[in-house]
Amino acid sequence: MTPPNASITVTVNGEPRALDAGITVGALLQSLDLAGKRLAVERNGEIVPRATHPHAVLVEGDRIEIVVAVGGG
Amino acid sequence: MSKDILKIGAREFSSRLLVGTGKYRDFDETREAVEASGAEIITVAIRRTNIGQEPGQPSLLDVLPPDRYTLLPNTAGCYTADDAVRTLRLARELLDGHNLVKLEVLGDADTLFPDMTQTLAAAETLVKDGFDVMVYCSDDPIMAKRLEEVGCVAVMPLASLIGSGMGILNPWNLRLIIDNARVPVIVDAGVGTASDAAIAMELGCDGVLMNTAIARAQNPVLMASAMKKGVEAGREAFLAGRMPRKLYSGAPSSPTSGLITG
Repeated sequence: MTPPNASITVTVNGEPRALDAGITVGALLQSLDLAGKRLAVERNGEIVPRATHPHAVLVEGDRIEIVVAVGGG
Repeated sequence: MSKDILKIGAREFSSRLLVGTGKYRDFDETREAVEASGAEIITVAIRRTNIGQEPGQPSLLDVLPPDRYTLLPNTAGCYTADDAVRTLRLARELLDGHNLVKLEVLGDADTLFPDMTQTLAAAETLVKDGFDVMVYCSDDPIMAKRLEEVGCVAVMPLASLIGSGMGILNPWNLRLIIDNARVPVIVDAGVGTASDAAIAMELGCDGVLMNTAIARAQNPVLMASAMKKGVEAGREAFLAGRMPRKLYSGAPSSPTSGLITG
């Protein structure tokens, strides 16, 4: 059982980050000032649907991608 | 003339010019050029967000809202079918289930020539997954047909290499693709100026997609307007049916009788 103040390492857009154990995708977005933005999240190659962000709990070693639309041809 | 509609899958459009949103100076120039082009379908790329950037910064979709334009997320920069499929699943999530996409899988970083085996594999997966796939492809008529057969809603052969501005290099292959296709054929890549767009449309293409030709013109907004007219002129000329080519005709346009001579 992970103690509540333990930290996990999660890779976010290619960069490793130490996060509080038990953090959700929604809380991660909030901590990155990205809450409410038009974006999409993938965890370990699978889409994390927007509606599930508040309860999708991250675990040690997760690889998270957060993407947006940018100019392109 | 009855309204000339471009039908892609179940969607209908009146503009036959599709434009990209890359390589502009800033979002203002992007917006002005897109407006001047009259395009209804605009391509966007999907990229990692910049973590730590100023939260108040405007985003592309603030400038070009999805309720006003049909966004066409692309897979630019993908070199494998897997990466392309993954990118477009993210795009669908990003755009609330919007399923019209531009598939491109590149095979070479210098020429940006497409890898057609990877492209075909990705197209099959995406169609099965419910996407409406508009596919960037080489101008190989057989490959274009295969892409149509696996269920792509439009085939988009290159006229010349991406960003080259070399124009329509093989009109005969494009004609073969057009003559055999039952889905729209849209020239994607290679157009350099308005006459190139007109030539593509005169050949019978259903539309033209471009980015660099507008964004890298000296005056992108004016070039966007020129491209709109080039596409419209070419389309009307195609529908009108051009006169046959003759080396000489011996038939002047003015009357041969009533001349004051002789």
